[in-house]
Amino acid sequence: MSTENTLETGTVQNGIFYSSQVMLDLAKLKKVYPTPKGDYVVLEDLDLQIMKEEFVTIIGHSGCGKTTMLSMIAGLNPISGGNIAVLGNPVKGPGPDRGVIFQSPSLMPWMTALENVLLGVNQVFKHATKTQRKDIAKYYLHKVGLEGAFDKKAIELSQGMQQRVGIARAFAIKPKVLLLDEPFGMLDSLTRGELQDILIEIWNKEKITAVMITHDVDEAIFLADRVVMMTSGPRAKIGDILNIDFERPRTRKSVLEHDDYYSYRKHLIDFLEH
Amino acid sequence: MKQDITLKREGQFLAFLKPLVGKFTPNFQRMDIMGSLKKTVITIFSVLVFLGLWHLGSKALYNKEANFKIEKALNEQGAVAAEAERACIASGDSSCQPNTLPSPLQVWASLQSLIADHKVITADKAAFVEKMSERNAQLIAQGKDAIVYTGRASFVDIVLTSIKTVFAGFLLALLIAVPIGIVIGLSPSLRSAFNWFIQIFKPVSPVVWYLLVFMIVKTLYIGDSSDNAFVISFISVGLCAMWATLVNTAMGVSTVDKDYINVAKVLKLGTFQKIFKVILPSSLPLIFTGLRITLSVAWMVLIAIELLAQSQGLGLFVWEEFQNGANDSNSKIIVAMFVIGIIGFLLDRLMLAIQNMVSFNKNESV
Repeated sequence: MSTENTLETGTVQNGIFYSSQVMLDLAKLKKVYPTPKGDYVVLEDLDLQIMKEEFVTIIGHSGCGKTTMLSMIAGLNPISGGNIAVLGNPVKGPGPDRGVIFQSPSLMPWMTALENVLLGVNQVFKHATKTQRKDIAKYYLHKVGLEGAFDKKAIELSQGMQQRVGIARAFAIKPKVLLLDEPFGMLDSLTRGELQDILIEIWNKEKITAVMITHDVDEAIFLADRVVMMTSGPRAKIGDILNIDFERPRTRKSVLEHDDYYSYRKHLIDFLEH
Repeated sequence: MKQDITLKREGQFLAFLKPLVGKFTPNFQRMDIMGSLKKTVITIFSVLVFLGLWHLGSKALYNKEANFKIEKALNEQGAVAAEAERACIASGDSSCQPNTLPSPLQVWASLQSLIADHKVITADKAAFVEKMSERNAQLIAQGKDAIVYTGRASFVDIVLTSIKTVFAGFLLALLIAVPIGIVIGLSPSLRSAFNWFIQIFKPVSPVVWYLLVFMIVKTLYIGDSSDNAFVISFISVGLCAMWATLVNTAMGVSTVDKDYINVAKVLKLGTFQKIFKVILPSSLPLIFTGLRITLSVAWMVLIAIELLAQSQGLGLFVWEEFQNGANDSNSKIIVAMFVIGIIGFLLDRLMLAIQNMVSFNKNESV
């Protein structure tokens, strides 16, 4: 679990340097919910290592414990057994080093878009001046295409725009790990595509290690370096891992036209249908 | 207030449609005017129907009592007495009028007489102050208390006393219930500690609250000859009315959306920031719902409490008019009833306007 032995090693694939420093380490992770009829084991013996600057998507059937796993990484849900470490430091509760983009945008409806992003920025960049903090928040809102809506109340924004603010809020606090819990699940497919493009564009720039839960096979392939498939619960664990060797930056068109796209897709669908 | 908001909304609606419908816009506006005209006509019509039914009802009651009186005279004293009674009632002589539900016209007349009375009393008061100004200046110079006007209060003074009492009571309820509600909303153990207390005292009747406050205030003011009716009545009103705010505040604070709490946790907001930036703003709508209920309860219990406390407000006015039994007493009571209703409605609108100003989810209606 120490970081020293993995530091500064890496591989070169498709002309891109891939760091192999372990950012997030899940070891023998277990989650048990006690019920009146005895313990319900959601996750058991779940091992997963996620490298620095890696984008991992997690796919699996509803109720298999994906969200449980993610909220355990976020520190919002206590661990029943095993370990979660970020850069070798065990996770003890939530913190801004792990930014979360929730399934519902979870903005404070009484605040403006800017105030929502500032809420996090003020917390993380305590020593910056007021103007600097504002500039950071505005920069990220600009990045998600909301430069005209700084002073709009969150409640006045559409779902898609709210989730854009959610993305800006998560990136603006410069987390070590970004956790995305089906962030586009409740959006229509057009908006979803737009937001995927926005997300991947910012991510290409910031390269924040990302773990994203999704139900959408195409989304999983388009965004990820690796797709992790989880078995159905109870006692869910990692079933299979698929490396996606597309070059970055990717465009939707280049991905769809890639020779391997349909074999990746088939692989995932075959896993999910068994 | 409500009218304002709907108009604004319709304005936005039109602005959005303008590019789509182009030349048809005038038609839309006309329809809009027609719509609000129709609403006004319906309201006026329903008011007229109400007044008509009231008039017919009071007339029927009047006739029933008048016939009974004539019949009684006929049975007990003979035809001549009955005829005299009939003539007396028909002439409108106040000594033999039936004392029943007054008609709308009688109530209107009473309202005017109350206003005229107010003018008389105001003039009287001004004259008194004028007359006594020199003497009072002398008294104050000698270090004595000035002589104040002690004539009877006019109807307007009575209404103002009631409004003052309600606001004092409401403020007391707010100052007690909101802080306690926040504290017990934040802490589950304090919530269970307070729960029995709230459950037991919430349903207690205004009359009992009055008696309790009376016991305590009477002793606190012992040896003091000043009038404590106002103090007793506003404290009782506050205690009766605060429960809705207390329960709503505690509920609002304890049931903040889990998503918001998770955001606060992920961002590691401090306790102070968590309370003032997340928990309180998100529970404001429920707190205000509680405050609106509190204000309307305060206005409702006020009448009973003023009556018991002998505080110079509408409650005492209504009771004294009823005891008085003068010819226009009944219509004065109905005037008071309308004044109470209209002020209660205005107070509620006022609270709604404040609520819409400060809280994030707008609810214009109800």
